[in-house]
Amino acid sequence: MRPVYAISGGVSKFAKARPDKTFQAIIKEAYDYAIADIGLDFRTFTKIVDGSVASYFSDHFTRQLMAGIMAQDYLGLCPKPGHRVEGGGATGGLCFQEAWKSVASGHMDVCVAYGFETMSHVETWKGNEFIALASDVSFDYPVGGFYSGYYAMMVTRHMKEFGTTVEQMAHVSVKNYINAFHNPYAQKSQRITIQDVRNAPMVAWPLTRLDICVMSDGAAAMILCSEEGLQKLEAAGARVTRPLVKVTGIGRGTDAMRMADRPHVDYDFFMENYATEQEKSSDETKAYYKKLWEHGTRYPGVHSFRAGRAAGNMAWKHAGIQDPLHELDFIELHDAYTSSEIQTYEDLGLCRYGEGGPFAESGKAFLPNIDYGLKLKDKPVCAVNPSGGLIACGHPVGATGLMQGVFAVWQLQGSIKKHFRDDQLQVQNAKRGAIHSHAGTGTYVTVSVLEREG
Amino acid sequence: MAKLPSQREETLGGFVVHGVPFPIGADEESLEFLKKMAPIQIEQEYKITYLHSYGQDSPWFAALTNKRLLASRDPESGYTTANPRGHDMYSGAETKWIDITNVPAHVHAFTVCYFGSQEFLPECPFVLALIEFEGVNTLLLTRLMGVDPDAPSLNWIGMEVKPRFLRNSKLKPTDVYFVPNE
Repeated sequence: MRPVYAISGGVSKFAKARPDKTFQAIIKEAYDYAIADIGLDFRTFTKIVDGSVASYFSDHFTRQLMAGIMAQDYLGLCPKPGHRVEGGGATGGLCFQEAWKSVASGHMDVCVAYGFETMSHVETWKGNEFIALASDVSFDYPVGGFYSGYYAMMVTRHMKEFGTTVEQMAHVSVKNYINAFHNPYAQKSQRITIQDVRNAPMVAWPLTRLDICVMSDGAAAMILCSEEGLQKLEAAGARVTRPLVKVTGIGRGTDAMRMADRPHVDYDFFMENYATEQEKSSDETKAYYKKLWEHGTRYPGVHSFRAGRAAGNMAWKHAGIQDPLHELDFIELHDAYTSSEIQTYEDLGLCRYGEGGPFAESGKAFLPNIDYGLKLKDKPVCAVNPSGGLIACGHPVGATGLMQGVFAVWQLQGSIKKHFRDDQLQVQNAKRGAIHSHAGTGTYVTVSVLEREG
Repeated sequence: MAKLPSQREETLGGFVVHGVPFPIGADEESLEFLKKMAPIQIEQEYKITYLHSYGQDSPWFAALTNKRLLASRDPESGYTTANPRGHDMYSGAETKWIDITNVPAHVHAFTVCYFGSQEFLPECPFVLALIEFEGVNTLLLTRLMGVDPDAPSLNWIGMEVKPRFLRNSKLKPTDVYFVPNE
């Protein structure tokens, strides 16, 4: 595999509804921004780009099959190669990785990844039904198919086993909402408090409306290239920001569609097959886990994401990361629910299993220099969702993982102020970040690491 | 006094419209003005009836109609799944059916849904639960009845429960549900 650079990106303003444009034209907003950001015009870029990967989750929302080719056509990319990827909520992350593969393998020198979702075409409850069709339609959906319900079940188990509290979950919402307050692309722009989260309408106990991301219309696009591709672009007049941002880690994992089918493995099996090198090398952690298992914890059960751990472990190994909390400057993490952000802290190795709740309220995942109106025990270490994440930015599914990629590139370029017209969210001297994309109840998960060169 | 909602519920539907505003003349200025117009949105119906097969899992549903709850077991390892699986995920071998109707069962996790997908809105609030069974390695998603949806409690986790079956089967997984074993 050869080096791959993520050189540019664009995001449409995420909104509850964008009836003013068709999905192709919304994608073009993001696509044009990405091209303009490297100083090229449409015709010149079209001549150089080798092909594309399209990302969108549901054919139901658009009531349109093969929407990908309609976007390819609208963007003027025909007859160049292209294909659509789909993997639930992880569709955008998978798209990013497929574009990476196209370049890393030598198949393409310049590949554009674009994604969208237009979820406003149906009413919210019908949208929930479409999303719930991403659960087994023989056994899960007919029982009361509702993703917020599925995640709420996971967190009641997390609360029971580990003592996680609703206030700890609300810390995630406050952090992400207040971060998004400085992000002009975010769907939500409001400062909220712990009390606001708890007072919001209850959706699926104990998750309130402010614990849950919203449906959106939106699109995102990224340009990835090889060294040869970079030379071609620059020879044509592109002004690519230096230092370059390189993709250094790729990881993916999967798990059973029905979360009820997930295994409950014992301590020895966990340590041998799933524990990180960091966990294996720490006697204290081993003793802590032994105690958890003695008290009935089994892995992954329904409170943990085995696919997330597999993806994280693979990506960290690829990027040479031993201690993600201290070796990453930020993570754009798939926070469809406050509870799933907490669960994912544990799966990605930012803290140990069962310690996601205290980690959420510690302050380690917050940004410095932002007033959250909270008393935080610890100083920021690794910003999680500096953009505001899905909870506040919105979650137009096929665009989300690419939105994370675009924000990650801007963080590593140090260009947040240029794109947000506000540098509050710029992670100072950001050198390495990760993007995490997650599907279903944890069925497909991708983790990708991006690094600033030099 | 109960607070009245401050917003009316948004729904689709309304009048059938014939004709929408459009410039009378097709001069350059009028055509340019079209760029400033709001979009036209129409309603599109989409109804489908599927002939869905339960395939190799069919006996599980047949059992529910006869008030029996089945599970799948790997004949060699004994690994047992509460949801039916034609083949074991570890050995790849064909599984056998076992009857778990009277196996001790407990609530593993739960939630109360106060909102939901369109199909289930009329049933809100309802309780979803994952049930664990003695001697069974995986869980079963089901409805939990006989608890107060307005007073959810983590103490429900671990509660002993037993299956109940619909008298008039619908050939759906909701033909079985669980209630506290009091």
